[in-house]
Parts: sequence; C-alpha cells; structure tokens
Amino acid sequence: MYPENYRYTKEHEWVLAEGDTGTVGITFHAQKELGDIVYVDLPKPGTAVEQGKTIGSVESVKAVSDIYSPVSGEVVESNEELATAPEKLNEDPHGVAWLIKIRLSAPGEINNLMTAADYQAYLGE
Amino acid sequence: MSEHAAGSLKQTPLNATHRKLGARMVDFGGWDMPVQYSGIIEEHHAVRRAVGLFDVSHMGEIEIRGPQAFALVNFVTPNDVGKLKLGQAQYSALLYEHGGFVDDILVHKVADDHYFLCVNASNQEKDYAHIVEHNKFDAQVEFASEKYALLAIQGPRALETAQKLTAVPLAQIRYYHFADGEFAGVPARIARTGYTGEIGVETYLPAADAAAVWEKVMAAGEEFGIKPAGLGARNTLRLEAGMALYGHEITATISPLEAGLGRIVKFDKGDFAGRAALLAQQEKGIARILTGFEMTTRGIGRDGYEVFVHGQPAGWVTSGGPAPTLHKNIGMCYVPVENSQPGREIQIMIRNQPVEAVTRPIPFYKRAS
Repeated sequence: MYPENYRYTKEHEWVLAEGDTGTVGITFHAQKELGDIVYVDLPKPGTAVEQGKTIGSVESVKAVSDIYSPVSGEVVESNEELATAPEKLNEDPHGVAWLIKIRLSAPGEINNLMTAADYQAYLGE
Repeated sequence: MSEHAAGSLKQTPLNATHRKLGARMVDFGGWDMPVQYSGIIEEHHAVRRAVGLFDVSHMGEIEIRGPQAFALVNFVTPNDVGKLKLGQAQYSALLYEHGGFVDDILVHKVADDHYFLCVNASNQEKDYAHIVEHNKFDAQVEFASEKYALLAIQGPRALETAQKLTAVPLAQIRYYHFADGEFAGVPARIARTGYTGEIGVETYLPAADAAAVWEKVMAAGEEFGIKPAGLGARNTLRLEAGMALYGHEITATISPLEAGLGRIVKFDKGDFAGRAALLAQQEKGIARILTGFEMTTRGIGRDGYEVFVHGQPAGWVTSGGPAPTLHKNIGMCYVPVENSQPGREIQIMIRNQPVEAVTRPIPFYKRAS
C-alpha cells in the first residue's frame, strides 16, 4: 500500500526524493478520509516552499483540507492534469496523481519524515 | 481529519447496519451518522437516476393531541394549519417572538385532534421545550422521537421500490400527503415527502423494526440499482434542490421572510408566535435575502465564507459545494436585497482571495416531471 521508498508526514503527504528533486503527493489514507475529491489548488512553478508550511489545498465534496509541504525548496512543476481530473487523486494518489515536484534546498529534511513502516504504525494499521 | 469513536454520541436503530456496510460515520449534531457508504457523488447520482435509501431516524417526532391540538399547532407555527386536510403534510416552522427560527418542521394532520411533527435532530429537545412553553391551550404534547425510525426512499424508482413492500397505493398519495398502513410487515406512516428534489417516500416506523425494514427495502430496490445514501449525498441533493438546512440558511437570527420562505407565513390566519415581529419586518422591508450563486471561476464557496459586492463585505455563504448533477460549484448566501436579483456579479472570499461568482435563482435543480 505505502511505497517503501517514499517518506510520509503526519498530515498525510508523501515525498519521493530522487537526486535533488522531490515529488510530493497526498497519501491513500488522506484521499480515503477526504472522499470524492473535486478541486485541487497547487502552487505555481517558481514558488518557494518550506517544510511544514501550507502549499495549497485539496477539496472534497464535503470539506477543504490544507496541503503541507513535506520538504523545502522551489516548485519546478505542478501536476496540470489534476485541474481537470481531480478524481485521479482518489484513484491513484501514490502515482499519476502526484501534486508537485520540488527542487530540494535541504535534502537532509527527508530524515525528519516517517518511513512507510512508521507511517503505517502512525495510522494504526 | 479525525477519527472518532461512537462513545458518547446518540445512535439510530440502524447504527450496526451502517457499520456493517462500511459507512464512514461522523458526529452530526451529537448523532453518530453515516456521511457516506460508497462515495458521496455515486450516492448522489443513484438518487437522481434510480433510487437511494437514507436512514434519517435521527430526526425528531413530536405528537400533539387533544381537542386543543389544532389551537396549539396553529399558534406555534406560522403556516395555516387550518388549511391542512387529514392525511396532508405542511412545511412550516417554529419561530421565536422576534421572528427568528427555532426550527423548520413538517406538520402532518393525522386527525382533527392529532398532529404529528417531524423536526430536526439537533433541535428536537429545544423544539419540544418551545412547544410546551407555548402550550397555554392545554393540548397533550408528546416527545415521541424514541418510538420512530425514519427511512427515506428517494429517486425516480423510489415508488416502484416502496410499492413492493406495501398494499397502500403510493401513486395515489399526492406530494406532501401521507397514509398510515403496513409497510414491509410493520405499521408505518408513509409520507410523500423528501429532502432531495426527487420523488419518493419517507416512512416512519417502529424503531425496533428499522433494521429488518432496511434489508427489505434494499432487496426490493436491488433490480433498480438502489444504494444506501448518507448525509453527504443528502446535503448535495438538497443544495441542488435549494432546500434550507437549519443552522445554515435558517437560524435563530434569520426570519422566514429573509430566507425566502414567505410562503409559510400566513399573517391572515390569526395570531401566532413571531407574527408581530414578522409583520413589522414586512412593513419596514427586509435588508438581506437568501439567494443562490454559482462560481464562475475555479473555486468552491463554502459555508461561512464572506460575500463581497463591489469590493465591500455584503453577506455570507450559508451552504456551498459541488453540484454533482449540474457539474457546477454552487451555493446559497445572504446578500443585500438590492444585490439579490439573478445574474449579479458577487465575490466569495476563499482563503482571503476574492473569487468571482454570479447570483442564481433557487432552486438550481428541478426534476423533469
């Protein structure tokens, strides 16, 4: 369920660090809690983001929920497909429905985050 | 996002049924209720296109009996109870003397000396106390909520589904009428009412029989694709249909005239609680009124968000969200009367950013009849 090579936040985001780039998304648990996702608000490329700070929001039919950046750096790409197909976040939150890619300014921050095993323990699974 | 245990919350007789179905349970005004089963959008479409089954047993029932029953009901509600025929239901309210809502309610006339009120779950104790307080007529007022479960069967295939379970000819019961009879083997009050904008019935049943009846309704509706539907779909459906929700469109500080519910206020029927205040408000003219809106750019205006007109704060969103049938983001809001005509440009403050919207008439959705 939760890829071993991702790291996870208590706010239910994930990040996959590859070289100096981190791909960020929300977890399966997050999308399940939210229910049908209908709208995603993401930062534009060039935006500076900071670990633990709000970078956007994801909205389901019922509620709006903040997205917190799992890492610091600069947004280099945001997933355009989610603007027209936000339901992809329910279908494949760990894959095609990634949110943004960040050029990492402090790659060591990854160590502050949970491993897949830690995250599953955190969820009580 | 948080999980919760059902510990201190009130439960309907169908709590175990919902949990067995894997429903997501939430605290809804102190009740442990299913917000969704398979997904809000899927459940919404099931009700618009086929049939859905809702457990709304959290709703309260108050029964008023005796020779003075009419006098009491007619005094505590603004609509004209004298116009009600036996077997007819009426949308109405309980109002404070200052004209604000205690609750919005349904009044059913069971007999000349027996009225059956359906009230909102989280208001039921307050409603009962309010009615008792105004009972200078010596009618008998019974808090009857524990006796009843309430199942709503709603959608274009609702009557076919329900008809399999009763000999009462449902097609002959007109909208906002009801009949008492056997339903799925138990005594029931079957009303052609609902909160979805679709046809359907709401069946009041003995609480102890609710779980068995639920299973029978699900089996009867199987061929039509029936789905259990939760409070999430109930909300998107009623929002599209432009129906008010207590705590949102109507509150203690909102009057029926402001809520666009002048039709339930009958000044000429005689005195009733709130009449003087409403009459004064009508003569003076209201300043704000409920209107619909549709987002014209990206974004969703949600409950409580501020409404701006010409750059100035002008009102607030009472309910808002995606409309699955209309493929739009819609809502209802209070705005100054002069800005309430359909087609006016307004802005909704979404996370401190003004986002464009346009006023629209209520309801947004009307079923093809």
